[in-house]
Amino acid sequence: MTSTTIDDAPHIEPSPSTQERRNYLNDEYGVLSWLLTKDHKRIAILYLFSVTIFFFVGGIFAFLMRLELLTPEGDMFTSDTYNKLFTLHGVVMIFFFLIPAIPAVMGNFILPIMLGAKDLAFPKINLASWYIYIIGGTFGIIVIITGGVDTGWTFYTPYSTQFSNTKVFATTLGAFITGFSSILTGLNFLVTIHRMRAPGLTWFRLPLFVWSMYATSVVIMLATPVLAITLVMLMVERVLHVGIFDPALGGDPVLYQHMFWFYSHPAVYIMILPGMAIISECVAAFTRKKVFGYKFVAFSSLAIAFLGFLVWAHHLFVAGISVYAALVFSFLTMLVAVPSAIKVFNWTATMYKASVSWNTPMLYVLGFIGLFTIGGVTGLFLGALGVDVHVHDSYFVVAHFHYIMVGGTIMAYMAGLHYWWPKITGRMYPEWWARLSALLVFVGFNLTFFPQFLVGYVGMPRRYHAYAPEFQVLNVLSTAGATVLAMGYLLPMVYFAWSLKFGRKAGSNPWGAVGLEWATTSPPPKENFHETPVVTWEAYDYPAFLKAMKETQHV
Amino acid sequence: MTDFPLFPEQASSVAPLVDGLYLFLVVVTGAVSLLIWLVIFYFAIKYRRRPDNELAQEQEPPAILEMTWTVLPLLIFIGIFIAGSLVFFRMQAVPSNALEVYATGRQWMWKFQHPTGQREINELHVPVGRAVKITMASEDVIHSLWFPVFRVKADVLPNRYRTLWFEATKTGRFHIFCAEYCGTSHSGMIGSVIVMEPTDYQRWLAGGTEGSLASQGEKLFQKYACDTCHLDNGTGRGPVLAGAYGKTRPIEGGASVVIDDNYIRESILRPQAKIAAGFQPVMPTFQGQVSEEDLIRLMAYVKSLPAPQTAAAPPVESTPIPTPTTTNVVTTTNP
Repeated sequence: MTSTTIDDAPHIEPSPSTQERRNYLNDEYGVLSWLLTKDHKRIAILYLFSVTIFFFVGGIFAFLMRLELLTPEGDMFTSDTYNKLFTLHGVVMIFFFLIPAIPAVMGNFILPIMLGAKDLAFPKINLASWYIYIIGGTFGIIVIITGGVDTGWTFYTPYSTQFSNTKVFATTLGAFITGFSSILTGLNFLVTIHRMRAPGLTWFRLPLFVWSMYATSVVIMLATPVLAITLVMLMVERVLHVGIFDPALGGDPVLYQHMFWFYSHPAVYIMILPGMAIISECVAAFTRKKVFGYKFVAFSSLAIAFLGFLVWAHHLFVAGISVYAALVFSFLTMLVAVPSAIKVFNWTATMYKASVSWNTPMLYVLGFIGLFTIGGVTGLFLGALGVDVHVHDSYFVVAHFHYIMVGGTIMAYMAGLHYWWPKITGRMYPEWWARLSALLVFVGFNLTFFPQFLVGYVGMPRRYHAYAPEFQVLNVLSTAGATVLAMGYLLPMVYFAWSLKFGRKAGSNPWGAVGLEWATTSPPPKENFHETPVVTWEAYDYPAFLKAMKETQHV
Repeated sequence: MTDFPLFPEQASSVAPLVDGLYLFLVVVTGAVSLLIWLVIFYFAIKYRRRPDNELAQEQEPPAILEMTWTVLPLLIFIGIFIAGSLVFFRMQAVPSNALEVYATGRQWMWKFQHPTGQREINELHVPVGRAVKITMASEDVIHSLWFPVFRVKADVLPNRYRTLWFEATKTGRFHIFCAEYCGTSHSGMIGSVIVMEPTDYQRWLAGGTEGSLASQGEKLFQKYACDTCHLDNGTGRGPVLAGAYGKTRPIEGGASVVIDDNYIRESILRPQAKIAAGFQPVMPTFQGQVSEEDLIRLMAYVKSLPAPQTAAAPPVESTPIPTPTTTNVVTTTNP
């Protein structure tokens, strides 16, 4: 750890007495003090461990797939095994990692502190949400151990209800249960943001993280019940043979797709809005500037949440909807791209005449903006009907949504993890290694997924166990990239663990950032603040903050 | 690994349109993305943090800037929407002189039937320079028929017919893929489309067949005893089928339907769904008894029946009645 991290940050080391103070980590000891905790920070840590496990489980599935795809022949696994790999990869990554990750880890830990609150509005419900998540996740693990599931994470009917003989019921039940954990978290956030802001913390003084989490929570509350309904109907048809989606029983298979995507498209925003939340925080902190166009960025989150509900049928352009429906949804898809573009432009403009740090979180932010832009503009390709007909269900789509989900959400997750790590643990991570891993992730990611745009347009369909030989070169590149990417994700496991014991002590505000979370000690005390803070400043008011810091240093 | 294309062959009349739009999008979005990256890198380096940093005076963002980068992308996106839709219209508008081919998807093969009676599995022979319309359904789960070199694709559903068309512009053998995940051997549900010179195609058509599709359908029409009720003289218990195809027919309940492929299919499998006006619901269902391929044969037969010379067919009206209420009108594949 060199001094480059914070050399330029104004140091306001807390006095030794505050340093040794009790914090949420040493307040109580023992397994039960964790399993029965009602402290949002400890619950965030419980989530951190759980989602990390699922992330690596999902990652192993992905890596095995990439190994199989080194050669055109299906020579490493049977087709059934391969089909289970991509299904489990999708199910685990989406339901057990991407959807809960940022809200339940970062949101849980930081949101109440940002608001100057002692905890979330409903601490017991917060703990219950983790247990519900664990029960849902246990179903996922049971499915993996007892033979897997092969429907694809989308569970399209009638394959899932009448044809697949794998563990569809247990998987959908797991996803169904986990959904309630999301709903409770969303509910908790909404009430907390409305009711528990510190005195003086008006809506337009809120950090943009809070705005984005608010939008996310609205989407979670409104969309997740639809998934629950859909999965119940699927289970009813599969088990009781009531005809809902299967035409042999008098149902309509495309109805399932409408219902599924009515949740699952908004779910994309459940995954990316929290990412955007982190990016707004980090952009401000590492450029020492107020986020450019604060209100535009804030309202664009709400616009995304609203418009996100109106575009589900763009997943059905070749599925058998009418030309008129396709036109309407293509148009609405173009509209939903606008607020995302606004965010990208405002983040970029924030860097103008700023003081840009190159610390790890900012490297991830730069990576996010670059990759999310690619993910976003390739969404326009898919929204344009004439192109979508060709690339639909091809590797082009696979590349597109990985640019959003991995290039976007996971880059942001990594940014947030590094940014708040000193606050969460009280220790600095080793900057050099962290920068190396950010570089590996960026290079590995692009090498993995950029070739997939090409191979998709050339004609490789997704979910193919074996493929035509002319697709091999691009697939080999992709697998090589996945290897680099895997190293980029494993490295932080090592240095984060290392930093817990050997990392330099962080102090309250290692980044010189504004925001209530940096006004308390690291790690924060159990009740977050010793006195309820009173907010008299605008969000990200760096000039005033730096001036104040200078004055205190001169004193 | 001998060849390694970065771009698919163009082998249909719409392929240049799709590629043109695609490359246009690559250029436009590529330019914008590149600009964003360059600006980010420039800012990240130019305004890199210095030890004695003095922050610039914060300025209120000029509203014009926000308006610009809200409205300008919106206009570009709407332009992309229009361009994409125009290409889509071309894909959806089936030329009236198109050659008809029927396809059935099942786990895990493609079956094709030609009007002349040829039947193929995982291979499809078509002539170059002639529009080909494929009417298709699935026997089991959802599949999706994709011809990458033609740039067209459509999901194949188990409960109704959908159509897809292309006009091949290049002879040769090209991939057919199933694009919708359909179970174990999804990646084995592949085949070849063989585009032939018209003369070669005629020679191929002259090859062995069990008679035309319509004549195969006629045998089934007798086998399933359809002919005992659907009499040609209008005295049967079922409506006259001759000449009915393409007409609009009133049904019980006051609505009316266009007699198209999907209505014929539904009338065989679920006869009670839409009863022709003036008839009793006496027809039994043939769900599970008639295979998809036999359905296609029966349909070809019904379509082939010429309109009777006498005007003794009251249930069929020759003038279309505008009725927006029936689902069949809505689901009739695409205009």
